[in-house]
Amino acid sequence: MAFVLPLFILRWHHQIEAWETSLIATISKPALVLALLAGTAMAAQAQSAAEGQKLAFDRGKGNCLTCHVIKGGELPGTIGPELTGLKAKYSRDELIAIVTDETKRNPQTVMPPFGRNRILSEKEISAVVDFLQTL
Amino acid sequence: MTRRLAIRAAFAAFALGMLAYVPARAAESIDPAADKAAFQKFFTSKFPKLKLEDFVNGPYSMNEDLHKQWEEKEQFPPYEFSLEAGKEMFATPFKNGKTYADCFPNQGIGIRQNYPYFDEKEGKVVTLELALNRCREANGEAPFSYVKDDMAALTAYMAFTSRGKPMDIKIPNDPRALEAYQKGKEYFYTRRGQLNFSCATCHIQSPGQRIRAEVLAPALGILNAMPIYRSEWSGMGTTSRRFTTCNSQIRGVPLNPQDDEYRNLEYYLSYVSNGLPISGPGARP
Repeated sequence: MAFVLPLFILRWHHQIEAWETSLIATISKPALVLALLAGTAMAAQAQSAAEGQKLAFDRGKGNCLTCHVIKGGELPGTIGPELTGLKAKYSRDELIAIVTDETKRNPQTVMPPFGRNRILSEKEISAVVDFLQTL
Repeated sequence: MTRRLAIRAAFAAFALGMLAYVPARAAESIDPAADKAAFQKFFTSKFPKLKLEDFVNGPYSMNEDLHKQWEEKEQFPPYEFSLEAGKEMFATPFKNGKTYADCFPNQGIGIRQNYPYFDEKEGKVVTLELALNRCREANGEAPFSYVKDDMAALTAYMAFTSRGKPMDIKIPNDPRALEAYQKGKEYFYTRRGQLNFSCATCHIQSPGQRIRAEVLAPALGILNAMPIYRSEWSGMGTTSRRFTTCNSQIRGVPLNPQDDEYRNLEYYLSYVSNGLPISGPGARP
């Protein structure tokens, strides 16, 4: 019995080691890195969306509220459509294109060409689109 | 048989070509009367409940709540001080003993609706504000700032004596007058500034809509109410003030008051509001 127990423990230990090795082999590099990356990317996107909301509401920047109803914003205007459910309506690239220069799609649009006329930088537009995709 | 078909095809093509050619030419030629009719019809169709003369009340014509606000405002109009000051200034002689009345037809009373006019001697558009400063300078007085205060007071008084008279802008049979009109029209519809807005973007495409809490005025009759007391400005402003601040707000570079472009713009915009009553001085939010 005194002999058997350590042997059992030893086997058990080996078993765990084997599991670990196989786990590390299967999950480890690409998957683990990806999982970590996804975590940071999600955090970064949330931060960017928050930054985008600030830009969208700032009268000196996006000032989107002047024309659009947006959840969380006060005193919205009525010229543009309400900004809601945008993720279902447009791809990210389409949203970037609309904010950058909507006159390309619709020459009669009232919407200022935020990218073309450098009202917002590319990075700022990306943040605004991150925010738009949360609506 | 084939020859007959070919002839018919050629004839049809020719007829179609002519059809396409006629409207294309019409679009190229300058036709102020047709512009005015189309301009006014655009607004009366967009706001079928409004009478033509209602448009001179700007945003206050756009809905009932705002109209009530306007009626209440008219009980104690915020432009009253300016109007009183203008009346007094108008009657006070210059140092040389002459008065404003000496510079204008009908002693300057009830003539607002005829401005701006095309001066065939000068070959340019002359606005009321410009004529007032020219009157001062001709009588040895320093010109006023075009945007507010004294100029607003004088034009307020002159508009007040003309209230109810239909805007009556004439375009003489002079190619330079037509050109000035056309340039004003082009200025009105040209996008500019970092925000890429034309006058028409807000005042044709979006009248009655809100930008934030502010209701956009229709372009039709917009100058009939000038000068205006604007709560946003906490004071009076002239047509010059309206044009220059519009340009700043769209993040453009404003021109100087009474530059040719603004004179032409005022000519165009006043002409297409012909027939609507003078309502100035006005009050706006």
